[in-house]
Amino acid sequence: MSAGSARDGRIDHGDPPTAAARPRFAVVDYGAGNLVSIEQALIRVGADVAIARDPAGLDGAHALVVPGVGAAAPAMERLRAAGLVEPIRGWIAAGRPYLGICLGLQLLFDGSDEDGAATLGVIPGRTTRLVDAPTLPHIGWNQVERVRDHELFAGIAPDADFYFVHSYAGAPEAERDDVVLARTTHGGSFVSAVARANLLGVQFHPERSGDDGLRLLTNVVALVRAGAAAGSATPSVALA
Amino acid sequence: MLRRRVIPCLDVANGRVVKGTRFVDLVDEGDPPELAERYAAEGADELVFLDIGAAPEGRGTLLDIVERTARRAFIPLTVGGGVRSVEDMRDVLRAGADKVSLNTAAVADPGLISACAARFGRQAVVVAIDARRRPDGQGWEVVVKGGREATALEAVDWAERTVALGAGELLVTSMDRDGTRSGFDTELLRAISSRVEVAVIASGGAAGPLDFVAAVREGGADAVLAASIFHRRIHSIAAVKQAMADAGLPVRVVPEAAA
Repeated sequence: MSAGSARDGRIDHGDPPTAAARPRFAVVDYGAGNLVSIEQALIRVGADVAIARDPAGLDGAHALVVPGVGAAAPAMERLRAAGLVEPIRGWIAAGRPYLGICLGLQLLFDGSDEDGAATLGVIPGRTTRLVDAPTLPHIGWNQVERVRDHELFAGIAPDADFYFVHSYAGAPEAERDDVVLARTTHGGSFVSAVARANLLGVQFHPERSGDDGLRLLTNVVALVRAGAAAGSATPSVALA
Repeated sequence: MLRRRVIPCLDVANGRVVKGTRFVDLVDEGDPPELAERYAAEGADELVFLDIGAAPEGRGTLLDIVERTARRAFIPLTVGGGVRSVEDMRDVLRAGADKVSLNTAAVADPGLISACAARFGRQAVVVAIDARRRPDGQGWEVVVKGGREATALEAVDWAERTVALGAGELLVTSMDRDGTRSGFDTELLRAISSRVEVAVIASGGAAGPLDFVAAVREGGADAVLAASIFHRRIHSIAAVKQAMADAGLPVRVVPEAAA
């Protein structure tokens, strides 16, 4: 991470969060589509939701959710215009809970082949077009095959289906990297979930995946609650 | 493997779900969000709302219905009917829809497809094609305005063109079969699905579970839509999926409570 982003990343998010009964999730709104479903799904599973349209929108949040569908370049442009790129980088660098959904996962990589955009650069690798896909976009329910156990999928059947809507997916540079949590097959195989400490990302839409999706979001809320209780979610963690 | 989707369609007019035959003779079938929640619990893979009133003064009602549905049914929602501009599409997505279906407005201005795809991504743009078999049996013509107006467009050519313009899915309705419970027009479906790489949703004519199997096997459809057989509980979503699974088609398992 550059010195500039580290400096900007040391942003004041207000008082350190406490182990709230209903942890507060900041959902980033940068004009990339439907926010109602993720907002309502999080509320349903026990979170408080604040829609964040600028850096101040992250104040007091226990977790950050970046949703969205579509292409990387306009998304990065809108995040930049909202002054949110460096606060998001800083949030992740501080080890605070982050959930990227679809485009919000793809943005974690270095860049996207879809339009050449440079993205957040948190996970080494690129967002690439699905290989050998029989239909594109990949729209519909598909199996999420876990490659290791993680609390994100606690209580969810190993063959559960989740809802996908995309043509591109993030490809981590090192496949053996422990960031990969699950893979999905549509023609070729692609990474459909990642996890590294408090950094979570899913290529599918849990907010649109019925009961299993709500279960996954319940697990996210539980992880955030536990992290807040243990102090690992506070911004006191040293920046990278 | 990608599952073949089963999609209940809710035709909405004046805030209620209605269903007609060949696009007319409407019968009231219930409250949209209530039906949507029921279908989500019963294992629907997705929902489609078509605002068949689509009068400008009814837009607020539709957006309210979309928003109330998005709060109750956590499965994907496509909304069509009366979307004539990028701004209309934005309003519908903001209310909680995941995709918008374009029909008459796309025929009138094909550039609308590209504009919407550029702004929201092609995955959010469904082009609905209502097709009627030509009297001489030579292909299908596109009809618009809820079946009231014929166009000079050949359905298969139009399908290819909309995909080139940015359609992410095609919702193909046989107007000859709509509401008749005489089975899907699998020839129409095959003619289109064999020419495009996007998903084709079959619509119009579902009578029983085996029709869903035929739409996929013979028609090459990725998803199958039906209205009256679900609204009137003639067949359950679970029964349809069971028939598809028995035929070897990949489907998402229906939640146990509903099966």
